[in-house]
Amino acid sequence: MNWTALDTWIVIAGALTAMACAIPGVFLQLNKQSMLGDAISHAVLPGIAIAYLVSGSRDTLPMIGGALVAGVLTALLSGAVERLGRVEQGASLGVVFCVFFAAGLVLVRIAADHLDLDPSCVLFGSLELAVIESSGIPRVVWLSASTLALNALLATLFFKELRLSAFDTRFSESVGVPARLIRLGLTVLTSITAVMAFESVGSILVIAMLIVPGATALLLCRSVEGILLASLGFAALASLGGHLMAISALPALLSTMPGGIQIGSVNSAGMMATCSGLVFFTVLLATALRKPAVTTPQPGVP
Amino acid sequence: MDYPTLETFLRIFSLQDHNTRIVLAGACAFGIAAGLIGAFLLLRKRSLLGDTLGHATLPGVAIGFLVAYAAGHDPRSFFPLALGATLSAVAGIGALALVRRFSRIKDDAALAIVLSVFFGFGIALLSAIQQLPGGFASGLEHLIYGSAATMTSADATFVIASSLGISLFCIALFKEFSLLCFDEAFARSSGWPATVLDILLMSLVVWATVAGIQTVGILLVVALLVIPPASARFWCDGMGPMAAVSAVSGGLSCLLGVFLSALFPKWPTGALIVLSAGSIFAASLVFGPTRGILIRSIRTRRAEKNLRREHLLRAVFECAELTEGSVPLADLLAKRPWTRQQMLAEIARLADRGLLTCPPGNDSVQFTATGLSEARRLVRNHRLWELYLIRHADVAPAHVDREADRIEHVLDRRIVEELEDILDQRSHERLVPSDPEKSQA
Repeated sequence: MNWTALDTWIVIAGALTAMACAIPGVFLQLNKQSMLGDAISHAVLPGIAIAYLVSGSRDTLPMIGGALVAGVLTALLSGAVERLGRVEQGASLGVVFCVFFAAGLVLVRIAADHLDLDPSCVLFGSLELAVIESSGIPRVVWLSASTLALNALLATLFFKELRLSAFDTRFSESVGVPARLIRLGLTVLTSITAVMAFESVGSILVIAMLIVPGATALLLCRSVEGILLASLGFAALASLGGHLMAISALPALLSTMPGGIQIGSVNSAGMMATCSGLVFFTVLLATALRKPAVTTPQPGVP
Repeated sequence: MDYPTLETFLRIFSLQDHNTRIVLAGACAFGIAAGLIGAFLLLRKRSLLGDTLGHATLPGVAIGFLVAYAAGHDPRSFFPLALGATLSAVAGIGALALVRRFSRIKDDAALAIVLSVFFGFGIALLSAIQQLPGGFASGLEHLIYGSAATMTSADATFVIASSLGISLFCIALFKEFSLLCFDEAFARSSGWPATVLDILLMSLVVWATVAGIQTVGILLVVALLVIPPASARFWCDGMGPMAAVSAVSGGLSCLLGVFLSALFPKWPTGALIVLSAGSIFAASLVFGPTRGILIRSIRTRRAEKNLRREHLLRAVFECAELTEGSVPLADLLAKRPWTRQQMLAEIARLADRGLLTCPPGNDSVQFTATGLSEARRLVRNHRLWELYLIRHADVAPAHVDREADRIEHVLDRRIVEELEDILDQRSHERLVPSDPEKSQA
């Protein structure tokens, strides 16, 4: 293994992005909107295609703008379908993102007459490429650090409201906290975080980091504050562990296969997601072994 | 854009193209099977299971590829990839079951965890495959996530056979699956092997996912498992009709999409099928006869109108009990939280229906004979219900009026008779007006 400055930057950028995602992710999970990250990653396609068609160029800025609009629209529209049609949350999200993605594919075909556009990689950056910079701190580090700062600030300011609206919408409305508005703000914030990260580090890290660190923390902590802090720790841990696995463990494992597959390092973001999963399932099994699986109320105890 | 000519129209709709026939048969069969099984998933609140499993096949496919490569076979042959996909999806289901069994993490979060972790690992393995010599990686994405338009007749045979198998299983186990969806705890307690049924249902989803991904593509698998069942909810109530409507709507979406893509060959078939399904969903959302937005708003409006009418009749009756005969408008205004305009409009509406009369120039209203008997019936229901609540439902007397207000409008004759039986009526003859129909007879 040969650790360079580039590896350090990859881990830092990965950790910052992961932590930025973990904050809204904890509340998404409490709101039972865990699949939103995956949905947004598909649903941004039409926004990007329209931005291409309108601006006629491959500039990043209109692309991000289009993606952002499409991401926020996904969250709003699936909420509207859920409320107006009384469709179950997961299903309404599924309907909206499938239709968006399909519309995106058609638009990409139309755009392809004018521009060269590959639907699978229009917005999906990669962690390894993002940190390559001539000198100084890479742009992606600044970007993810500011997203993290924004999310941390908003979560601190609106902590009470976010917690209340996640646990009891009706009670929260009755004491004057506009729960629906808060939830809406959360989904918009998630869209912003996700789209910024798609462009710089790719979508897979975002989808994983929105949920897995928070879920791991949920296994161990009881209070929302504890869950938030622990999820930040798990996010950073997954980033470091994942990158180590990507550059050493997995290639080493593959080379032991009978055919002797020799490769360099593999995709870091993918392994960071894998590592967060390994941590999650380890904690899950450890907590399951420590206590009985089903907590039945003790007879005779009030 | 090139518009199709009449000749093309005829050629396509008479199914003369071999390719169109294959794609149509394969896609429609899959649409029907997916609609059927998706109905159960929707009711189990696991619509996105197909999405998760579709992504979860990636590491298995990549491992199948690597193993075949290491063993010196052609890594792009069908068998190792399909086997890898199946094993990987089964592992995904195992992981879901683990989360469900050992933690209180919600189903949607479990789906997101399995999806992202498996997919992430798959992406990492794909990046390894891309580094292999031999240029296998080019087109691998397409190989893994097939597309409906490029279906071969072998693909179509495979997907049709799978769809048939899945549909037969769903129909054979219809009762058991319905029970699982509606009341898992009851199914368990009355001796059904709920866990086995759950695993069976999920295995069918794995089958559908694996069969669908390489033939019709991952987008279609997810969309056809989610959208047709969601549309079907707007059309009917029972489990049987809903599953049937869902299957039909899945098949119809595929039919529409395939014809559209045959007419406009430049556009992707899968996307057109999804957009057709989406259009059917949008139409169902608005016009669906049981749960559509339109019918619900009509029902709400009608109920509100009814409620206002009954409130006014009761108010007039209660005032008339004290004043005998005509009731001054001021008394009514004091009774209901309505403005003068609203009150006058409502009175005019009741006068049109011949329930009230209002002598001109005089700010008061009077019952007609029908109005009086109708009002008597309402007040009677209301007071019977109040008594019931006080005596048998332990509702504090101070809350009773409001509670009674909510329910009295839905009391039917049978319930009223039951209430009469429950309550000792004689001691309350003065409180509860006598039945208008009996007194008329």
